[in-house]
Amino acid sequence: MTMQTPFELSARGVPVRRTYSDGLPNRAGLGLKPQHFAEILATEPDLGFFEIHAENYLVAGGPFHHYLHRIRDRYPLSIHGVGLSIGAEGPLDTTHLDRLAALLDRYQPQSFSEHLAWSTHGGAFFNDLLPLPYNRVTLDRVCDHIDRTQEHLRRRMLLENPATYVEFAASTLDEAAFIAEIVRRTGCGLLLDVNNAYVSGVNHRRDPQAYIAALPLSEVGEIHLAGFAEDRDAAGAPLLIDTHGAAIAAAVWELYAFALERLGPTPTLIERDHDIPPLAVLIAEARCAERWIGYAQRDRLEISA
Amino acid sequence: MSDQRLFAAALLDPDAPCPAGLTAWNGSDPARRFAVYRNNVVVSLIDALADTFPVTLDLVGDEFFRAMAGIFVRAAPPGSVLLAEYGAGFPAFIERFEPARSVPYLADVARLEMLRVRAFHAADADPISPERIARALADPERLPALRATCHPSLGVLRSDYAVVSLWAAHQGHGDLAQVDPSVPESALIVRVGLDVQVLALPPGGDTLTASLADGLPLGQAAALALAAREDFDLTAHLALLLRVGALTALVQPTEA
Repeated sequence: MTMQTPFELSARGVPVRRTYSDGLPNRAGLGLKPQHFAEILATEPDLGFFEIHAENYLVAGGPFHHYLHRIRDRYPLSIHGVGLSIGAEGPLDTTHLDRLAALLDRYQPQSFSEHLAWSTHGGAFFNDLLPLPYNRVTLDRVCDHIDRTQEHLRRRMLLENPATYVEFAASTLDEAAFIAEIVRRTGCGLLLDVNNAYVSGVNHRRDPQAYIAALPLSEVGEIHLAGFAEDRDAAGAPLLIDTHGAAIAAAVWELYAFALERLGPTPTLIERDHDIPPLAVLIAEARCAERWIGYAQRDRLEISA
Repeated sequence: MSDQRLFAAALLDPDAPCPAGLTAWNGSDPARRFAVYRNNVVVSLIDALADTFPVTLDLVGDEFFRAMAGIFVRAAPPGSVLLAEYGAGFPAFIERFEPARSVPYLADVARLEMLRVRAFHAADADPISPERIARALADPERLPALRATCHPSLGVLRSDYAVVSLWAAHQGHGDLAQVDPSVPESALIVRVGLDVQVLALPPGGDTLTASLADGLPLGQAAALALAAREDFDLTAHLALLLRVGALTALVQPTEA
């Protein structure tokens, strides 16, 4: 599981406590899509890992499990939940936690992650990651839900920072401080979604680099990279939408490089859920991420030499 | 009302005001930003229905389908995070949806597509082996008491319309223009290996298959099938079910 080493120096000479991820290799991986199942098994591309959305695989049998079993035999796996609704006002769905526990037991993934968001209320599921205010009340509730999740699943989870389009008058903490306090209280790790950090940075005019630097980076177990769409708010200011439906933007690659300088090599997922291109296009993005991981590795070696 | 209840209600109601307490750094109207969530929720759920019901969509066109699905989504959001089952209530909604009345077979085509998705994700099970088939059928005297276990993916749809031909024409099998939608057809939906098959069941075959799936012994199921269709060919129909792997066991009550 998690191994920690003492403080090290990052490329910029900043002291950084290193935490190795929970078993995912420090390489790039791809989201697993049904349209790529057969090609992956036929060609076995050189990738660090695959990631699935847990809820898609909570089915009894059929092709999804058939292919996932075979791909799991060949690659490390990350299971990423999108429906636990950790930020919900209501209690966690223990039936869903049981289902997740069974899925984790079946596939023994190297990592399990979920979102700082809510998606259910009053028995309805909204299929979107909805925002919450950041204050003492919501902090206590989210920490309680993460404690229960980690106890139920008997493992550490990674919590993903959200992409948001609104802020709340009821917020008293900034997002990075809120997340840092969750990590401190619950011992969960962090899934740093660099695209979300960028999207939210633009949408709320905050500096994404300062935001990332304020997060508990020593607890990052995985990075997500994705593409966004561009819109405008009512005043004509840019409003970026986290669509997972486009190539990763240049600005997000730059922010990724900034993050890796501080983190060192970190498992990185190329996330694509809409307008899914041929596998080769996604592999090319994974190669690009691995070049940056390679630079981060080299920088660390130079400093320790 | 709680904050999230207000937020949730406004997501599904396009006429509801933007929830109070939302802000933007530039003081712009948060309603425009809230609309992103509203759009994400409704569009992603319409997309989920479009994935489950592609032929239903083809039959009425993208614009009509998305408008109809949007009304359904707002009236009946998913009650589970497992979206594979979302849409189970959509065929009945289509049946009551006044603007779709001119396409009377639409609801049954949607029922067929829902059965396909269920078959796709159903539990795995091995079809009955040839040795066991031979053993089960060896003694003609004991055939009437035989009970079948159907594959978990098996579904039967009886329709007043030509659902199988309509569906097949959208898979490139047959000419849609040649299909008379008013001819009643029944469909057998079953997953063979990794592929979901849709087969036309002859008259009587639907009764037999549905009766076996309901747990009736073969003799009773065959009698019902013969009552439905006096020239029903039991041997040919059993051979079809066995050939596509629709049965996973054939047992005498004493063996159960």
